[in-house]
Amino acid sequence: MDALKIEGLYKEYRLGELSTGTFAHDLNRLWYRLRGKENPYEKITETNDRTKRTEGQYVWALEDINFSVAQGEVLGIIGRNGAGKSTLLKILSKVTSPTRGSIAIHGRIASLLEVGTGFHPELTGRENIFLNGAILGMTKKEIRSKFDEIVAFSGVEKYIDTPVKRYSSGMYVRLAFAVAAHLEPEILIIDEVLAVGDAEFQRKCLGKMKEVAGEGRTVLFVSHNMTAVKKLCNKGLLLEQGKVAFMGSAEETVQAYYAQNTEVIKTFQIFENSPSAPGAMGVYLKKIALSPSDPFIDDHITLDFEFFDTENRQNIAIAFDLLNQDEMVVFGSGATLKSNDSIFQATCYFPKNLLNEGSYSIHLYVNTEGYQPLFSLPEVIRFEIKERERTHGFLGKINGVVRPELTWKTA
Amino acid sequence: MNSQQRSSTISEVITPNHRWFKFNLREVWRYRDLVMLFVRRDFVAQYKQTILGPLWLILQPLLTTVVFYVVFSKIAKISTNGSDPFLFYLSGITLWNYFSDCLTKTSNTFVANAGIFGKVYFPRLVLPISIILSNLMKLGVQILLLLSVILFRWSFHGLTPEWNFYVFLFPLLILILALLGLGLGLIFSSVTTKYRDLAYVLTFATQLLMFATPILYPLNFAQGFLAEAIALNPLTPIFETFRFTLFSISNFEVVGLLYAFGLSVFCLMIGITLFNKVERSFMDTV
Repeated sequence: MDALKIEGLYKEYRLGELSTGTFAHDLNRLWYRLRGKENPYEKITETNDRTKRTEGQYVWALEDINFSVAQGEVLGIIGRNGAGKSTLLKILSKVTSPTRGSIAIHGRIASLLEVGTGFHPELTGRENIFLNGAILGMTKKEIRSKFDEIVAFSGVEKYIDTPVKRYSSGMYVRLAFAVAAHLEPEILIIDEVLAVGDAEFQRKCLGKMKEVAGEGRTVLFVSHNMTAVKKLCNKGLLLEQGKVAFMGSAEETVQAYYAQNTEVIKTFQIFENSPSAPGAMGVYLKKIALSPSDPFIDDHITLDFEFFDTENRQNIAIAFDLLNQDEMVVFGSGATLKSNDSIFQATCYFPKNLLNEGSYSIHLYVNTEGYQPLFSLPEVIRFEIKERERTHGFLGKINGVVRPELTWKTA
Repeated sequence: MNSQQRSSTISEVITPNHRWFKFNLREVWRYRDLVMLFVRRDFVAQYKQTILGPLWLILQPLLTTVVFYVVFSKIAKISTNGSDPFLFYLSGITLWNYFSDCLTKTSNTFVANAGIFGKVYFPRLVLPISIILSNLMKLGVQILLLLSVILFRWSFHGLTPEWNFYVFLFPLLILILALLGLGLGLIFSSVTTKYRDLAYVLTFATQLLMFATPILYPLNFAQGFLAEAIALNPLTPIFETFRFTLFSISNFEVVGLLYAFGLSVFCLMIGITLFNKVERSFMDTV
C-alpha cells in the first residue's frame, strides 16, 4: 500500500521583495479571476534555475512532481541546494500549500525538524512536554500515557519542574527530542540539512530513524550525506531545479547525483579586480588555482591562493575544508597571511599519495587575524583525482577516504 | 488502536483547492487540548518576572479609572448621567479592555507566530481562540473587581443599588464583544501578512474606536451628526446596555443589540474565511 502518493505537484514562488507591486498584482489577478480567466502571472513562471537571472517574477520551486512511497519504505531525498527538497517537505508537513496537484497521505506525518517548536522558556519541563506534544498533534491523554517514558528518555527527571530557561542547551535539546521521538507517526520526515551543527542531535536523529524504519513505518530522509543515504535508505529520489531528475534504488540515485555534479569541475578561479570578485570587508578573492589541474594520485598537488587587500588589513587568517563527494570533510588546514602591495598570497602543498581517487571540493574560509569570520566560499573549486593505471598486483578500486603509501615489511 | 489500523483509517489529501466557507471547526475541536495549553502558557508567561504578578490584572483598570476620573470628571466635567463617575468609568474600561485586547492580540497572529507556523501544522485558528479565552479569564477577574468596588460603594458610601433584572444579559454582551474582537482581529491578521501598513492603521483605528464608543461619556452627551455616527457603532448598544443593567441609566434597545450581534457574526464569518485562506499560503509571503 502507498503511504504517500504525489500527483502533478507544482509550487510557485514569487521572486524579489513584496512591496508596492504586490497590491497591483493582487488586483490584476482578482480582475482576471472575476472574468473567469487564468492567472496572468502563471504564464511567466519559469523553471527554477538559480544560476541564471530571470526576467519573470515568479518561478516554479517544484514542477510536475509525481511519485509514490510504499508503506515501510525509507526514501532518501537528495539534490543540490535550491533543488526543492525543503519546499517539498514543507508542503508534506502542511506548512505551506501546493500551487497545483495533490498529495494523498495515509497516516500521521511528523517531522524531526519540529524539535522544540513552541517551547516556552518560562514554562517548566513538564508544562513544555504537554505544550510541545499538543502542538505536534498529540492529545493530553496520549501525552499523559507517555509522559514517564518521555521524561526517562530525556534524562532530565531532576529538573522536570524547573523552567526550561534554566536548562543547559544539551538538556533542552534532549527534552525536545524526547517529545518528538514519542510521537509514533506512520510517516516520519527527517531533514538533516536543517539539523546541522549538533553532532549529538544528528546521531540521535539517525538512530531514531533506523528504529522507526525497523518497525515498518515510512521514512522520508533529506540529506547531503551520501554515505548515510546509501546506508539507511532503500529508495532514492533526486531533485534538480524543482523536478524529479531520478528515482530508483538509493545506490543508483546517489550515482545519478554524482553524475550531475561532475559537470561542474573547475580547478581554478581568477578575478581581475576586486569589485567583480567574491569577498567582503576589504578582502576579495583574486585567485585560487590547483596545479596540476588534472592530478593523479601520486602527483604533488599545490593550491595557490591570492586575495586583494583593498582596506589595508595587512593580516588575515584563511582556512579550507577539503570535502569528498559524500560531502564529508576529509581534513581542514589553514594559515595566516601578510599582505604585500595590497595582495595576500599563499601556497599550500599536499603530499603525494594522500587522497584516494574521486571528486573533491574546497570550502574556503577567510577570517580576520583574530579569527572573526569575514566570508566563506563553499565549493570554490571542485576537482577530480585520477588513478594511475596499474599493471600488476590488485587491479580493482582500492577502498578508503585517503590513499597513503605505507611501508610494508614482508617475509 | 495500533498503528496498522490507524494508517489505513486516517487518510488525508493535500490540494491547493480551498473551499471558501469551510471553517474546519471540527479540526479545531480535535485540538482543544492545545487551546487550553496555550491559554495556560499565556497566563504563566505573562506575569513572570513581575513583582506584583497577577495583581496587575486589578491594578491596571483601577489606575486607568483614576486617570479618567481626574481628567474627564474633575477637569472636563463631563456628565455621567447622574451615576457614580468612578463606577461609570471602571465599568466602561473593564468592557473596553476585553474588546481591545481581543482585537489587538489576535490581529498579529500570523506575523507573531511565524516561527511556529513555519515548522509545524496545527489549525491556526487555535491561537486566536486561545487568546479570546485567556482574555476571558482576565475579564472574569476584572468583573469581580468591578463587583467588589460596587459593593464597597454601596455599603460604605451610601449609594443605592440600581441594577436590574437585565444583568442576565451580561454573558450575551461578552459574547458579542468576543465575536466582534475575534472577527476584526482575524481580518487584520490575515491582511497584515501581505500589507504590514495595516498594523499601523490598527493602532490608530483602535484609539479612534474607543472615543467613538460611549465609554467615557454617555451616549446622549454627543450631539447631531456625531451622535448618529456613534449610534451606528456596533459597540455602542453593548456599552449602553451594560450601563443600563448596572446603573439603570442609558437606553436599552433590543434592536441595537440585535444589530451588534448580527454585525459581529458577519465580521467573524469574513474573518474566518480570510484567515483560512491566508493560513495556507502565508509562509510564502510573511
